[in-house]
Parts: sequence; C-alpha cells; structure tokens
Amino acid sequence: MYNFDFVKPTTLQDAIAALSRDEAMPLAGGQTLIPSMKQRLAAPSVLVSLTGIPELKGVCRADDGAVCIGAATTHAEIARETAAIYPAIAALAGGIGDPAVRNRGTIGGSLANNDPSACWPAGVLGSGATIVTNTRQIAADDFFQGMFTTALEPGEIITEIRFPVPEAAAYAKFEQPASRFALTGAFVAKFADGVRVAITGASEGGVFRWREAEEALGASFSPEAVDGLSVSADGMIGDLHGTPEYRANLVRVMTRRAVARAQ
Amino acid sequence: MPKDHGIGAPMKRREDVRFLTGKGRYTDDINLPGQAYAVFVRSQVAHGRIRKIDTAEAEAMPGVLKVFTSADFADKGGVPCGWLVTGRDGQPMREPKHPILAEGKVRYVGDAIAAVVAETPEQARDAAEAVIVDIEELPAVIDMKAALAEGAPLVHDDLGSNLCYDWGFVEENRAAVDEAFAKADHVTTLELVNNRLVPNAMEPRCAVGDYNVATGDHTLYTTSQNPHVIRLLMGAFVLSIPEHKLRVVAPDVGGGFGSKIFHYVEEAFVTQAAKVLGRPVKWTATRSEAFMTDAHGRDHVTRIELALSKDGEFQAIRTETHANMGAYLSTFAPSIPTWLHGTLMAGNYRTPLIYVNVKAVFTNTVPVDAYRGAGRPEATYQLERVIDKAARELGIDPIEIRRKNFIKPDQFPYQTPVAVVYDTGNYDATMDKLIEIADIAGFEKRREESAKRGLLRGLGVNCYIEACGIAPSNLVGQLGARAGLYESATVRVNATGGLVVMTGSHSHGQGHETSFAQVVADMIGIPEDMVEIVHGDTANTPMGMGTYGSRSLAVGGSAIVRATQKIIAKAKKIAAHLLEASEADIELKDGKFSVAGTDRSVAWGDVCLAAYVPHNYPLEEIEPGLEETAFYDPSNFTYPAGAYACEVEVDPETGKVTVCSFAAADDFGNVVNPMIVEGQVHGGLAQGIGQALLEGAVYDENGQLLTGSFMDYAMPRADDLPFFKVDHSCATPCTHNPLGVKGCGEAGAIGSPPAVVNAVIDALQRGGYTHVTHIDMPLTPARVWAAMQR
Ligand SMILES: Cc1cc2nc3c(=O)[nH]c(=O)nc-3n(C[C@H](O)[C@H](O)[C@H](O)COP(=O)(O)OP(=O)(O)OC[C@H]3O[C@@H](n4cnc5c(N)ncnc54)[C@H](O)[C@@H]3O)c2cc1C
Repeated sequence: MYNFDFVKPTTLQDAIAALSRDEAMPLAGGQTLIPSMKQRLAAPSVLVSLTGIPELKGVCRADDGAVCIGAATTHAEIARETAAIYPAIAALAGGIGDPAVRNRGTIGGSLANNDPSACWPAGVLGSGATIVTNTRQIAADDFFQGMFTTALEPGEIITEIRFPVPEAAAYAKFEQPASRFALTGAFVAKFADGVRVAITGASEGGVFRWREAEEALGASFSPEAVDGLSVSADGMIGDLHGTPEYRANLVRVMTRRAVARAQ
Repeated sequence: MPKDHGIGAPMKRREDVRFLTGKGRYTDDINLPGQAYAVFVRSQVAHGRIRKIDTAEAEAMPGVLKVFTSADFADKGGVPCGWLVTGRDGQPMREPKHPILAEGKVRYVGDAIAAVVAETPEQARDAAEAVIVDIEELPAVIDMKAALAEGAPLVHDDLGSNLCYDWGFVEENRAAVDEAFAKADHVTTLELVNNRLVPNAMEPRCAVGDYNVATGDHTLYTTSQNPHVIRLLMGAFVLSIPEHKLRVVAPDVGGGFGSKIFHYVEEAFVTQAAKVLGRPVKWTATRSEAFMTDAHGRDHVTRIELALSKDGEFQAIRTETHANMGAYLSTFAPSIPTWLHGTLMAGNYRTPLIYVNVKAVFTNTVPVDAYRGAGRPEATYQLERVIDKAARELGIDPIEIRRKNFIKPDQFPYQTPVAVVYDTGNYDATMDKLIEIADIAGFEKRREESAKRGLLRGLGVNCYIEACGIAPSNLVGQLGARAGLYESATVRVNATGGLVVMTGSHSHGQGHETSFAQVVADMIGIPEDMVEIVHGDTANTPMGMGTYGSRSLAVGGSAIVRATQKIIAKAKKIAAHLLEASEADIELKDGKFSVAGTDRSVAWGDVCLAAYVPHNYPLEEIEPGLEETAFYDPSNFTYPAGAYACEVEVDPETGKVTVCSFAAADDFGNVVNPMIVEGQVHGGLAQGIGQALLEGAVYDENGQLLTGSFMDYAMPRADDLPFFKVDHSCATPCTHNPLGVKGCGEAGAIGSPPAVVNAVIDALQRGGYTHVTHIDMPLTPARVWAAMQR
C-alpha cells in the first residue's frame, strides 16, 4: 500500500466535495479496493469513505412498491432486510463471499466495480433496477458496459438502487471453486409484462441479458422452457476454471435452475 | 473408559491453549532492537538474462540501509542440495548452483534478484520498486517433455541439458519386467498427471537474522521444520559459519507440510545481511510471495502399465515418470521422485517384478520438493488408479482384485522387489474394517437414492502403504543422502523431579509437546505436567534432523524412550543406594522405586533430589546429576498402511463432484494419543481431497503463475468435506522401534486422492459414461463435465 489521506464525511455533499480532490476514490466496504491497494495495483491519494453517510444506508420501500437500497448498505444487511420483501435478492446477497465479506462489502461498491463474476450485476440487470447517483438515474440496461466498466462518470457516486419487485424471481449461482464468485450465475425475474434473464460470470462482455430465454420463458415460465435452448460459446470467458463451452452450458443449466427455484 | 493419561490416552493438546488464544510465538512475532526490514526484488519473467541492475535510485531513498545484489555474495556458496541421485548411466545428477541472489540469469517468476534493507518494511518496499532491473527475456521452458526436446532453451546453460537425471529402479529387473509384459494375458495402461500443489501453510515463511559484533555469534530465527539441518547446510555450505557460532531457532511454526524443511535463500540472506549491516534484519513473506517462492509439491507426469493374468493376478509393473524439479534443486528434491516413490511401487501387493523409470527435469518454475507424503502419494495414486482400471477391464470387483494380490499376514517380513522390507501388516484386516465402517453393503441403496435426485453416485476404494520413520542412516547414505536421518533427545531431570525433554524433532502442528510428554510420563509413572518438551532451538537441543516423513514419534520418540531408559537405569542405581538394596531388586511403578517383595520404597522426587544434592549418594560409582542423551537410528522404515473408501455424487449437468462420505481404516501400529492421530488423519484427508478435487498450480506457457492467489488456487474448505469415519484399531505394531509406532502424519494425504478419483470414475461408469476411464486431478466441475462430453 502507498500512503493516502483518509476522510470519512457524514453527508453526501461533503463526500462529493472530497471526491473532487486529485486522485480521490470512494471507499465503501473495501473488499475489492483494499486488496488492490495492498498489491499496489490501485494508488488513490485520497480515500473518501461512504460508510458514515446515513442517507446512503438502509433498505426502504418506495410509494410505487420498489425496494430502495442505499448504495453503502452491506450485503449482510440487505440479506436481512429484504428477506420478506424481495427474497430473491436477499438470497443473492446472502450467497456472496463469506460472513466477513458480507458484513463489509456493499451493493454500491459491487456495482461500481462491475466485476464480470459478481452477483449484484445479475440481480440488478435481471430485476431491471434503476441505479441512482448523485447526479442522475441510470437504467440497469444502460449501466453495465462490459467487464469492470460502467456508465459512471469520474467523481459520480451511486447513492441508491431501486428494484421493482417481480411476481417471481430467483438467482442460481455456480461457484468458481477458489474464489466462490459466480463461475456463472443466472437471475430470472417474472414481471406482469415479461421475463428478464441476466447472466453473470460467463461472458467476456460482462453481465448480459439472455433474450432468447426471456422470450421462451415469457411464453411459458417453466424450467422445461429452457431445455431446447442453447447458447453459443463465442464470446464466453475461457480460463483455468472453465472453457467457453463449459460456461455456455452453465448459462442454460443455471437459468433452468433459477426458474425451477422461482416456481 | 479410555485412559486419561499416559500412552494411549486421548489427551487434549497442551499447545492448543497458546495457539487458540493468540499466545503462540511465531518468527514474525520476534522483533529485535534496531531491527531493519528486507524486501526482495523478484523476477517477473520466468527466464531471462540480467543485463544490468541499477540500485542508485533505490539506495538514495529514505530509510534505505543497503541494496544487495549477487555481487555482495561473491564469496558465498549457493544453497546446497541434500541428496545425490545417480542415473541409469552411473553418472551423478546434474546439479546447478542455486545462488542467494540471481547471478547472471533469472530462472522462474519470483527468483530473487536483489534485496533492499531499510528502516521500515514500507520503505524497503518502496525502494525495491525503484531498483531498475534490465532483463533480456529468454524463451521459458514450462512443460517437462518440451524441456527435454532437442534445442529446448536451457534453464542452466552450464549443465548442457534440462535433464537432471534419468533413474531406473531396479535397473537389473528391467529385462525380466519387459519379458513379463510380453507374455502377460492382460496389460492395463494409464497415463496420468499428479498435479502440482502449492503448500500454503497458514503461516508464510519468515526469517530474522541477528549478529553480535562483540562475540561474532550469528542467530537465525526462521520458520523451519528442522533448525539443525538449516544450521548445518547454511553454516557449512553457504556462509561458512561454524556451528558453534551459529544458532538457529524455529519457534512456533504455523504449518509446514514439507515446505519448511528446505533451506531457502532468504534465510542465508538475512543472516549475512545482519552481519554486513550490524543490525537485525527481518524478512516476512507476503502470501503472494509464498505462492511464488515456497517449494511446490508433486508435479509428476506418469505412464504406468500393469501386467496381469486373466484372473487378475498382478505379474509386473512398469512405469515412466517425468518429475518436475523446477528451476533449481531444492534441499531434498531429487530424493522425492526416486527413493520415496520407486520403493513404494509394490504397494500392499505381491507383484513380483517392478521397474520404475524417472526422468527429473529442470523447468522455469519454482523448485518442487517434498509436500505431505512426498513421493508416496505419487506412487499410491498411479498404482491404485491402474489397479482400478484393470479391475474394470477384467470385470473383477475392485476390492476382490486387491485382496487377491495382498501380501498376507503370514508373509511378513516381506521383501518387495523394490528394495524395502515390510516388517509387519495386515491388509485384509484393514480392508474388512473399511467395509464395515464405510457400510459398503449399503452403497447400492444410497446410489438409488442419489439417482432419484438426478445425481450419479460412485464408490472408490483403494489401499495405500507408505515408508515412514525416515530413515536408517547407513541405508540412505548408500542411496545418496548427504545427511544422517537419526533423531536425538536429551532428558534432563531437575532436582525436584520435573523433567525437560529436549528433542531434535520439531513440532509445527503435530502436537509433539503433548504426545512426547505422554510417553515419558508413562514410562516413569508421573503426571504429564511434570514433563516439558523443548524443541526448535539449536542452542538447547541436541543435533537432530527435524520433523517430516511421519518420523517424529517413530524416530524422535524412540530417541526419547532410549534417553528415558538411561535415566531410569541411573535412577534405579540411586534408589538402590538409598534403599540399601540390590539394583536388580528395584522396581519403578507409578513414580515410586520399591524393593521387590517388600514395602520399602522411595519416591521419584527423592531420587532426583539425591542426584543433585548427593549427600547420601554412591559418588564412587556414579556421577551426580540426572541427565541423559540418546541418538536413535532406526534399523528400517516403518510401514503404515490402510484402506480408504470414498463416495461421491456427480452432478451430470455441471460436472460438480460432492464428497458424500469418506472412511479410512489405518494401521499405524501402536497409538500414543488417539485424538492427535485422528486429527492428523482428518487434516491429511482434507489435503488429499483438496488435491483430488480443487488444488492445482498452473503456469502459463510463459511461466507466469496463473494460480498466484486464493482467488484462483482453490483450497479445501470445511464445507467441501464430509464428516470422516476414521479407525485405527487394526494395529500391527512396528517390530523394530521401542514404541511399536509407525507414524500417521501423511497417511490421509497419501491414501485419499485415488479413492476420490476412483469414486468419480465409478460414478460416471455406472451412469453410462463408459468412455471415461480417467480424468486428471484436480477433478474440477469443468474437467469432469468436459470428460463426459466426448
Ligand atoms: C473473499 C471475497 C469473496 C467475494 N465473493 C463475492 C461473491 O461471491 N459475489 C460477489 O458478487 N462479490 C464477491 N466479492 C466482492 C464483494 O461483493 C465486494 O463487496 C464488492 O466487490 C465491492 O464492494 P465494496 O463495498 O467492498 O467496495 P470497495 O472495495 O470499497 O470499492 C470497490 C470500487 O467501487 C467504488 N465504489 C464504492 N462505492 C461506490 C459508490 N457508492 N459509488 C461509486 N463508486 C463506488 C470504489 O471506489 C472502488 O473503485 C467477494 C470479495 C471477497 C474479498
């Protein structure tokens, strides 16, 4: 780790001001940022902690029924607070990492990082959620722009995520044996006007919607609806944990399992 | 009721109190006044020529005391290799120099090029980044067979070849073996990889060097399994420091698994740097450095053939193995694929003819050396896999084919065709026990139940044997060891009766402080808390060879028994004098010396006091004091053996393997502390299952370590493992050591990988995937799935 300054503002306004300093970076749970700083791969000169800002924390219900989650809310808190109102994301949050990671890591940090194997991108894209920042609202479909790339501008911070609550939903994650991130994970959500399927871990382009499955499941929301489908291995990630063909297989298998779980 | 103390009692480990409450004292906990910190500049390329090292900028940075390069060690030796293997051609192995800091070339990612010593670790790290190393990158050799090809880049130019040795064993049997194959009814062939492993001890390596300018005394604190060996190797071969001026201390050590046997360059570096700078120098590995620079384990590529009669009698075995040495020869590296591997190829069976060929190869990877089991897991894995394959090909039950070929109880001592003589064993008994504890009879029902859930269930069974209690010195001397492999103990009785036992063994998780105390307490008949076990410091322990190869109780414990016997013999003389009786009539029981057939007695404590306050004492016959030393050199190896069974479920859609149950029936001979033995088996099984399903070090073709962190290198976790059923009741005590013990530290890691793989293949075969006869470890979901697709 190199030396850096640390500030812990208590208001969003102060945080944004602090982030305007040279080479400043927001710090949420630190589960991704701190390890990369220790390895000297990241070297911010100022770390602006978001964990002391009350308006960035907690889970509430909007008038339209959406579940609103503060960006600095930890995975563990989300797992607790959404269990009754949106069990699919509660289960997703409860399956991230280990207790230490869940009690530090946040949804905002995960989304800003957009790791191609992370779980939240699938939950957010699959739910058709809205990412609220200090300056605007971004639809999930526009937010994720490839591995470790998002629509966020420099200095822009995520403040809240708004999840419309589907009729039925589930997340099925196949764990990478070492990291236990998603080797491939599928989030399916059935809304009155259609089904959304978001896949993480599989594609070189990061999280994506599997339109073919959405269509088939829109016609019949059953595990069997997925059986006849197949995914091309082109553009899938190949690494020591799995070939593109293997991941393409997992896309189908995990989607089917998510649908079965959502029944 | 189990015994509550003494030999055989499941006593709680006394060391756990300090380990579990954070009161252990590890090397990194040692901070000396004025201590400075070392950080190494390590190669980022696998192979390259060093054109220039520019240290000027680094040297000028705040807090920097000195930047060292190989030029600072021009008059020092390289880190030596402790075992000379002679090839089939009668020539000694090719043996490169392993300098403390790279000389001219770098040979693996992580090779130490330079080292910065500074006031703080951060300053040292900053300055290490500022050292400018100009390297001409050279093509790397990673694959062993490619390394042996004509025109391959040479890891060591001066050696002229990447072949370290080509070893044949038993060379004289070769023609007979070939003939048996030519005539055999059936030959089963299997090509397999024994995957390369990163040891990943919980505590990364650490070393602190200290030098006393006034006395010229060096002290090295280090994470070692054998401080005396480090003292001898480093003192005599690297830094030219005589033993009496060099003290090596290995305090609490947080796991070794073999990786902390070896003498590493960082140890020599801090020792010498402390002298040059007149300041203590500490180096602590990061986890990333541990992945890159701790000697790895296994990494064999093997072709094994088994010749059988049509009814399944083993007639001959022939193997060809390529064994990766990495870029340099680590301390015991050459012995692992040869004497610790070839000699075990008979397994538990009567196979009359065996020929083992091993080609050891240099590659641009970190050195490979002993890792829990060391050679014996490699032997067991190939043998038990090929037997399973043969059984399937011949349509014989895998348990029956093993039984048919077992060495039978009345055949011991048994001379194998691969040099060793098994003293005792009963392989049918452990197999019977296994069938019982694993409930093999109930397998079919469990399989049907799994099938209802869409899962393929399989059963894998295998046996193992290992040679432990390493080792008879005269024998290993003939085999190329450059060391003796006895063990030592000094038993010091204090004036008021308490004892301190100074052992040359070293405990880094094995629980010596508990079980050694049980042995001594049992022999004298006193409580364990009167016995203190001291280890790990060359200043207060006799020259010993350390802990590895499941040798500590069998060899080190035997030395303790011998020394304690001497103590008792002398104490009896004193007691006889005090009781005015004949020495021959004195009996020791429950800490009391009595005259046989009388009620006259004297307590242990009174005899000890008399030894140190010799007022009423036979001074003309014996010296005062009560302290004895013994060196024990075993007359043979010990041969723990057993039978293991694993049940798995395979998810046919994802290839994911779940271990449902694991049973181990072991013969460890006599057991001093059954709870520690069970713990050792559990740990070994976890490591073996880890090797079978999860672990594997992978270098890319350029020599970059792809599995350089726990994000990509999968260690077994509690939820990867079932509850283990372990049993060690089928004991055939070792016939040649005083405790009748065989050793239990490595068994689990040796016996379990084939059980897991056999089970997965069984599941796939029963599930209709009959084309799958083998999958290389680790059996990751992706690999199992891919195998099913063909
Ligand atoms: C052992 C381990 C296991 C894990 N397993 C999983 C898993 O199974 N599934 C999974 O999905 N993830 C997993 N993770 C990642 C974990 O979920 C992290 O919490 C997450 O990646 C980052 O969240 P954080 O709050 O720690 O962010 P930080 O590390 O603090 O920050 C990450 C990045 O986001 C930026 N940032 C943080 N908050 C904001 C914000 N509000 N607005 C804009 N930018 C912001 C930071 O500047 C930084 O660049 C694991 C992590 C570890 C260490």
